[in-house]
Amino acid sequence: MDTREPILEVRDITKVFPGVVANNRVHLELYPGEILGLLGENGAGKSTLMNIIYGLYRPTEGEIRVRGRPVTMHSPKDAIALGIGMVHQHFQLVPVMSVVDNVMLGSESIRGPFLDREAVARRIQEIASRYSLEVDPYAIVEDLPVGVRQRVEIIKALYREADILILDEPTSVLTPQEIQGLFQIMDLLRRQGKAIIFITHKLKEVLHIADRIVVLRRGEVVGEADPQTASQASLAAMMVGREVMLVVEKGPASPGPVVLEVEGLEAVNDLGEPALRGVSLQVRAGEILGVAGVQGNGQTELVEVITGLRPATGGRLRIAGQDMTRASPRQITDRGQSCHVPEDRHAYGMVGAYPVAYNLVLNTYYRPPFAQGLTIQEEAIAEHARRLVAEYDVRTPSIYTRAGSLSGGNQQKLVVAREFSRPIQLLIAAQPTRGIDVGSIEFIHQQIVAKRDQGVAVLLVSYELDEIMALSDRIAVMYQGQILDVLPAEEATRERLGLLMAGVHPQEHTAAGLST
Amino acid sequence: MANAIDRRPGRLGRFLRSLLLPVAAILIALAIGAVAMWAFGDDPLVAYRGLWSGAFGDARALARTVRKMVPLIFTGLSVAVAFKAGLFNIGAAGQFLMGTVAATAVGISFPGMPAPLHVSLALLAGVVGGLVWGLIPGLLKVYTGAHEVIVTIMLNYVAALLAGWTVYAGGTEGQSPGPLWDPTARAVSESPDILESARLPLFFDPAYRLHAGVLLALAVVVFIWWLIYRTTIGFEIRTVGLNLKAARYAGMRVAWTVVFTMGIAGILAGLAGAIETLGVNWKFAPEFGGQVGFDGITVALLGQTHPFGIVLAAFLFGALDAGAARMQFESGVAQDIIQVIQALVLAFVAAPTLIRLLFRMEAEEFEVTTISQTWGGGSG
Ligand SMILES: Nc1ncnc2c1ncn2[C@@H]1O[C@H](COP(=O)(O)OP(=O)(O)OP(=O)(O)O)[C@@H](O)[C@H]1O
Ligand SMILES: [Mg+2]
Repeated sequence: MDTREPILEVRDITKVFPGVVANNRVHLELYPGEILGLLGENGAGKSTLMNIIYGLYRPTEGEIRVRGRPVTMHSPKDAIALGIGMVHQHFQLVPVMSVVDNVMLGSESIRGPFLDREAVARRIQEIASRYSLEVDPYAIVEDLPVGVRQRVEIIKALYREADILILDEPTSVLTPQEIQGLFQIMDLLRRQGKAIIFITHKLKEVLHIADRIVVLRRGEVVGEADPQTASQASLAAMMVGREVMLVVEKGPASPGPVVLEVEGLEAVNDLGEPALRGVSLQVRAGEILGVAGVQGNGQTELVEVITGLRPATGGRLRIAGQDMTRASPRQITDRGQSCHVPEDRHAYGMVGAYPVAYNLVLNTYYRPPFAQGLTIQEEAIAEHARRLVAEYDVRTPSIYTRAGSLSGGNQQKLVVAREFSRPIQLLIAAQPTRGIDVGSIEFIHQQIVAKRDQGVAVLLVSYELDEIMALSDRIAVMYQGQILDVLPAEEATRERLGLLMAGVHPQEHTAAGLST
Repeated sequence: MANAIDRRPGRLGRFLRSLLLPVAAILIALAIGAVAMWAFGDDPLVAYRGLWSGAFGDARALARTVRKMVPLIFTGLSVAVAFKAGLFNIGAAGQFLMGTVAATAVGISFPGMPAPLHVSLALLAGVVGGLVWGLIPGLLKVYTGAHEVIVTIMLNYVAALLAGWTVYAGGTEGQSPGPLWDPTARAVSESPDILESARLPLFFDPAYRLHAGVLLALAVVVFIWWLIYRTTIGFEIRTVGLNLKAARYAGMRVAWTVVFTMGIAGILAGLAGAIETLGVNWKFAPEFGGQVGFDGITVALLGQTHPFGIVLAAFLFGALDAGAARMQFESGVAQDIIQVIQALVLAFVAAPTLIRLLFRMEAEEFEVTTISQTWGGGSG
């Protein structure tokens, strides 16, 4: 491969943040027409390295070369001018603006003193058809599904004529279908000679799409792998530095009394359309009920209603026998002794500007020992934080660090640590391992099973069938605001679940040629 | 002694860094002021020397600076507390006026009341006046979703007209005068002097007119600091301001917090009005109006919305106000340049990106105060 000229070279890059060496003498080469998979634990420094390449951070030491020439970048503007585009782990679009406006923001195709929207829209359509990235240029971003928003980000980069495309965990927010779509786009881009850096925590994905894999650990490159010969287990071991169990070990459940009971629950979504249309389910103490389904079939609303964040328009909710249909989030956590790992950690789960320690008491700050009367007990909060950070292996320079500056996966671990550390009878977990590395997934899965074995009722919502199948004792499938069927885990084959998720009623399964 | 989270490492560094923006803003504003003076043929050095001696030159000057600082501390805190909850209180001016009028009304009434009681009652009236004017936008936001910026701006007009009416001297065509008007002032629209018993005690040389409001201001600064950074209520206020959804997720009463915060903001600005009346003006006239209310916005931003920062910022603005007359006297430069400089400071602290570009600072080493988050009403 040395016959080709690398389009991008990262040489000896070191980046030091207060208290952390995020990158330590990192070397990387990227060639035109290849997809480089970048793997590494949470906090290994992947996003930091990408932000350096994209001109957002200045390296403490080291050199970046683009097309053989050393470059210094002061801002993403410089990177864009060099043909580098990036789709961030957290999208950077302005939600209330249209696709065209978002693409135009900060790019130079402004002719004269006026904005030429039509011309830009035409170019967007050109790019869209060339790379089969369908999108309506005049749609408002906040109305678009996540997968389409991501396409807008890619179009934005291609509009600015990027040859080097950085995709930081693009798949963690996508449905399996959307992921397939993204891979087709990436493949097309590769064949057109673009160079892509692809970050993910899903080993299957890198093995599937990457031409080459580089692994970072604690800021350093620890090795390179060939997707042809590597396996998930070998990659996991390389990332974490030890053997990782990719499947959780768990014994049979011994279900107790019903803890969570939902009957004929109805609710509307943010647009006022019906999202839950008569959902009924029960979760018993000591069992894990997995809710499977394609994203957007009412799972988000179901969790929000159960946690008191969204009013029910019909039906009933009971926790341990008490009616909680109209209860506030505080009553549900307190009286219901429940905890909630929210689907969207940025919107709900944490306050990025707060230190880690405050985030760990976000919903218990008013209780002793964290408060005595009105006054906050900082010492107790700090003590608690130190314990949890150690116990849950949250990689942070200190408990005083702004939570927003943690790596994506460590932010998720922070939320999990907070929610799992309270005495509870009900655990509601939505996408608990989104954006988390394999080692930590193993840990969180073990924790969930441990909770179950202590007699906690667990409601697990996940869009990843693998996760649902690995953990659940029973599996409910949601489709268009209803539970189509609930299966014992033993009977839930991929095919049956797949049919249910596609909305095929259980009675029709035999007709479709499946039997149990 | 439990303030572990604030005793975090690197605190000094962060403190020094937080001074960067305000100091840069002030220096640039003063420099532009100097260029302007120079362009009009005045000597900026003479002007600034006059400004300095008018603000700090002798004990009397210093007392003047401190006196001017007091209302700015209160209105600065008023704006800052609202900021903490993500609310933009443009209404400190109106709340100030309502506090002024209420305190005046009590101050000119109740002859023979013992002084401590009379002063307390007048202060309390100011508190209530400001509170009402702060609660209105808070309640409207929570129940109807009306944006507090619009409502507080409108309430500023209402307050100004209402306050003006209370001391209206009456028209030549027989319009009746306002209830607080002083008949002995004839055609002048102003209230009578408040009674001796309602005046704030003075200390040191009475000629310095340093009143007890200074002590009250410092006590309130400490109280607000404690409220915001050391209580569960403050934690709720800050969480609501930083991430509304997380606040709801955490089980906080968002609507209650918004109303409470606006109430506190109103009380602070109302207190400023009461203290100015009882300590400095001793009566009300429409021209004792709300500039301090608007200056509160600048002071809050310049002080990085931190109570102790606000004391520094208010001191600086107080000094600019206090020295303006002397500057004009000694250099012939019109006092109005001071307001230009103050406006420039606001422009620079409100647009930190400008400063950042000027000094080529990296985003990560720079903390920005979010001015106001937009969110619809009916929440919580
Ligand atoms: N702006 C910042 N300020 C301070 N520290 C930071 C900042 N950004 C990242 N870090 C630290 O640098 C380290 C690397 O973080 P980075 O975001 O690059 O990890 P990552 O490999 O992308 O992890 P993840 O898979 O969880 O997204 C972490 O320890 C993180 O806390
Ligand atoms: Mg990352």
